[in-house]
Amino acid sequence: MTPTYSFPKTTKNHTNTIQKDTIHFNDVTIQGKYTPSKIIPVQTLEGVDLERLSVVSVADAVRYFSGVQIKDYGGIGGLKTVNIRSMGTNHVGVFYDGIQLGNAQNGQIDLGRFSLDNMEAVSLYNGQKSAVLQPAKDYASAGSIYMKTKTPTFKDNKTNNYKATLKGGSFETINPSLTWEHKFKSNIKTAINAEYLYTSGKYKFTYAKKNGYDTTEVRKNGDLEAIRAEAGIFGQLKNGEWKAKAYFYNSERGYPGASVREEPGKYKHEDRQWDRNFFVQSSLRNSFGKNYTMLLNAKYSNDYLHYVSDPRLDVTTMYVNNTYLQQECYFSVANEFNFFEWWNANLAVDYQWNTLDADLIDFAYPQRNTILSAFATSFRFEKVKVQGSVLHTFVHDNTKAVGGAAENKSIFTPTLVASYSPFNEIDLDFRAFYKRIFRMPTLNDLYYTFIGNKYLDPEYTNQYNLGFTYIKDFENVWLKKIDIQIDGYFNQIDDKIIAMPTSNQFQWTMINLGYVEIRGIDVALQFSWKIGEVGLGTRVNYTYQKAQDFTNPEDEWYGGQIPYIPWHSASSVINVQYKNWDMNYSFIYTGERYESRANIIENYAQPWYTHDLSLSKKFEWEKADLKITAEINNIFDQQYEVVQCYPMPGTNFKLRATVTL
Amino acid sequence: MRKTKIVIIIFISLMFFNSCRKDNLVIPSTDENVTDGETGEIKGFFLLNEGNMGSNKSTLDYFDYETGIYTKNIYAERNPGVVKELGDVGNDIQIYGEKLYAVINCSHFVEVMDINTAKHKAIISIPNCRYIKFHKQYAYVSSYAGPVKIDPNARLGYVARIDTTTLTIKDTCVVGYQPEEMVVANNKLYVANSGGYKVPDYDNTVSVIDLNTFKEIKKIKVAINLHRMELDRFGNIWVSSRGDYKNVNSKTYIIDSKTDKVTDVMELLPCSNMTISGDSLYVYSTEWSWITEKNTITYAIVNTKTKKIVSRKFITDGTEKNIQIPYGIAVNPNTKEIFTTDAKDYVTPGTLYCFNPDGTKKWSVTTGDIPAHIVFTHRQLKPLKK
Repeated sequence: MTPTYSFPKTTKNHTNTIQKDTIHFNDVTIQGKYTPSKIIPVQTLEGVDLERLSVVSVADAVRYFSGVQIKDYGGIGGLKTVNIRSMGTNHVGVFYDGIQLGNAQNGQIDLGRFSLDNMEAVSLYNGQKSAVLQPAKDYASAGSIYMKTKTPTFKDNKTNNYKATLKGGSFETINPSLTWEHKFKSNIKTAINAEYLYTSGKYKFTYAKKNGYDTTEVRKNGDLEAIRAEAGIFGQLKNGEWKAKAYFYNSERGYPGASVREEPGKYKHEDRQWDRNFFVQSSLRNSFGKNYTMLLNAKYSNDYLHYVSDPRLDVTTMYVNNTYLQQECYFSVANEFNFFEWWNANLAVDYQWNTLDADLIDFAYPQRNTILSAFATSFRFEKVKVQGSVLHTFVHDNTKAVGGAAENKSIFTPTLVASYSPFNEIDLDFRAFYKRIFRMPTLNDLYYTFIGNKYLDPEYTNQYNLGFTYIKDFENVWLKKIDIQIDGYFNQIDDKIIAMPTSNQFQWTMINLGYVEIRGIDVALQFSWKIGEVGLGTRVNYTYQKAQDFTNPEDEWYGGQIPYIPWHSASSVINVQYKNWDMNYSFIYTGERYESRANIIENYAQPWYTHDLSLSKKFEWEKADLKITAEINNIFDQQYEVVQCYPMPGTNFKLRATVTL
Repeated sequence: MRKTKIVIIIFISLMFFNSCRKDNLVIPSTDENVTDGETGEIKGFFLLNEGNMGSNKSTLDYFDYETGIYTKNIYAERNPGVVKELGDVGNDIQIYGEKLYAVINCSHFVEVMDINTAKHKAIISIPNCRYIKFHKQYAYVSSYAGPVKIDPNARLGYVARIDTTTLTIKDTCVVGYQPEEMVVANNKLYVANSGGYKVPDYDNTVSVIDLNTFKEIKKIKVAINLHRMELDRFGNIWVSSRGDYKNVNSKTYIIDSKTDKVTDVMELLPCSNMTISGDSLYVYSTEWSWITEKNTITYAIVNTKTKKIVSRKFITDGTEKNIQIPYGIAVNPNTKEIFTTDAKDYVTPGTLYCFNPDGTKKWSVTTGDIPAHIVFTHRQLKPLKK
């Protein structure tokens, strides 16, 4: 439950079980210099804390952060996207081992597809990650999720680590994984990790009205079969390091569709989707003397999607059989200059090429070239730290048809970050940031046949944040540590890209219409306790958000809370460790909200809250460690929906066994 | 250890404290007094709100002439036992005999209700059903979901023939691609085929079904992407073509039901929706163009006798400027009041406007999402016993 990258400092108060599993970061650029958490709001779940949560994917873990809403279509296979501080999914940058995951097609990343099996840390940054040495992309989103996979570490003289995990449980889920890590004599390390996941996705759900109907149905066609394989190689240089990674994901899933009224049992919904995602990425960081460090990143990705909806299987549907192929090439050079101990700067230039092919009628076959240039500089004085950055974005699109492409975009956007530590003795820091950034219209927004609108402008966000952090360690009392982060913010979204109907229900287009203001408070509290041999960790997050649509003063619903944003949401995690036992309780609460900006009873969505509990025990068996975990999720079998007409699962169980050697 | 437990218990209780769910109740109707009460042969009308696709938010509203009260969302509270209320995307509503029929497109059935109470009587499952028409003892429902032949892309639609006494499907007749509205003339059923799923190879025909044999006897070639159909008292069928939203504009065609030939092309009468009252055809058009990326909204009144456009507007007081997306249209056959709905952005409640016969606004009211289809009733809806 460490909120920062400043690893050595914040972990030392945790219990021995945490330290045992801790893997140290190699982010030397950050370590020891300053803690970015005090400057920019960041929340992190890592190591055993991440492992303890009864969650399947990164999306499930992100629910424990404040200021975040997850859109979840239910089940392991259902789409799960994240929305930071109500600015929309398209404003979230998602990074995998330091390099952004792209989806030029629709700008959204399904975090439900990223397994926690091989994950070391998941972090959420508001504004931008404010490391000095980072690619220009890291400045280019309104908020970001960083996923960091495990870097191999070897105890004593070991040269091989093996880990096998088997998970299984409700919805006929089976999920084995294997990891092999090896250290060569030359100090080069490799890691191979593979995972298989199958679930039938079948679960019962109930729709009931207290003074009316009560029905229980079984969700069908929510099955998922997926394989993930990753291989990484890690090397040290005299003054730096390098790493390379290959990632492969292949899946087949069903789409259960919206749960709307139908003659019960009459029709089968059989829509299916196949995905194949592959990428290779590589990163090299090296210092040349005391004053200059360089970071190079490169990536190629290839994402294939095939969707079939066949009336021969489902009589209600129209025939759809489409394939989409996205490719991306990415290069980045970042340069850090340390002028003085208190002053440094970063100059980063990224180039990215995207292409989208699809077998649609009249398809535009768009290609996009993006050049991002960032200049950032930071000043660190005794009590005050200031960082300013400017990002320039240049976008040039091509389409197959002449004149089909959107105009070039050339845009500057600034960020200013500051923090103030008034006391030497007290670990209290105030922080503030302003950031203006935009999201480009996606290739679908611009070019999708019968929807796209090439005249779209980018959608802008302005963020203003003011907050503080307070950390205190205690000795000789049960309470060992408290860590408090509280931030208030005001966001504006302008030229919001929204889908607009044209002449009938089947014809929509995208337009720049929409202005939203968001006022919010994020609270993140962490407490560590130690009572005799019992270690206790508690984590509480709370978010208040007022996110209002101010698009049209003439509109009857002017000022309404935007869809799916609750005014109140919260989560808490309580963890108890005793000898080899470990118990974890987690609670998530999403308050009442509306499914439309018309905040009327017809669009009202009930609050939902789930309680999850897990219990695990570690055994030592010759040289191997065995860990058995039993989980029960949604203990009180609450029937709820995150997205209208997509019911979520009730009580479910999971068993997990991990052997490490 | 005990204190640890206490801490945990307090903590959990705190979290429960603020997290209670309200009772999940059937959504009640809401009344709004929109105008003065008046008496007449027509007691009221039902308005079917489509609701955005996939949201299961089709709702039924009722306006009562005697009281001047508009009641929003009457179906759920009158049918609390019906699972998931009215359904997903209400596409047509009609009255025949003592029954009220609502075609619920994405719920794949026709909901049959009692005309006096709006209480559920039955459903008739028809996948992807679109519109309903009546003749003698039968109801005819158009559906996109015909048999799938070798090429699943080329899937013809059909018309289902339903016995209005037993409410069962008696027969089906395959027609063109994605059939829409229908009319009955000279014992023949005319079906407008759109081919909307076959872009850019739209269908361009009207299927003619002999109602004695219930077989398709011919196809009349008209124009691409046909949608609406109205029958005037001269036996002429007015058919709308939506065009391709690019180079081919929306137009209105006239078929003579005696000869089954296209007799007229109203080149300058784009049409999204129309209704006939007496010899007047009221038309509006929301024509989208992918070339200009704009909607062009126009209104018209056509004299069905002379086949001439009488007026380019039927709203005369400037109210049309407030209407974002005109969607539904109806004329009270007795009072000649004109009703137009505004579907706005499709995801928030729409507005129903009532205009005096001279085109000045009489009243307006907020409806459900995507107010679209209106049917007048000669029976007053019985109030719900509270």
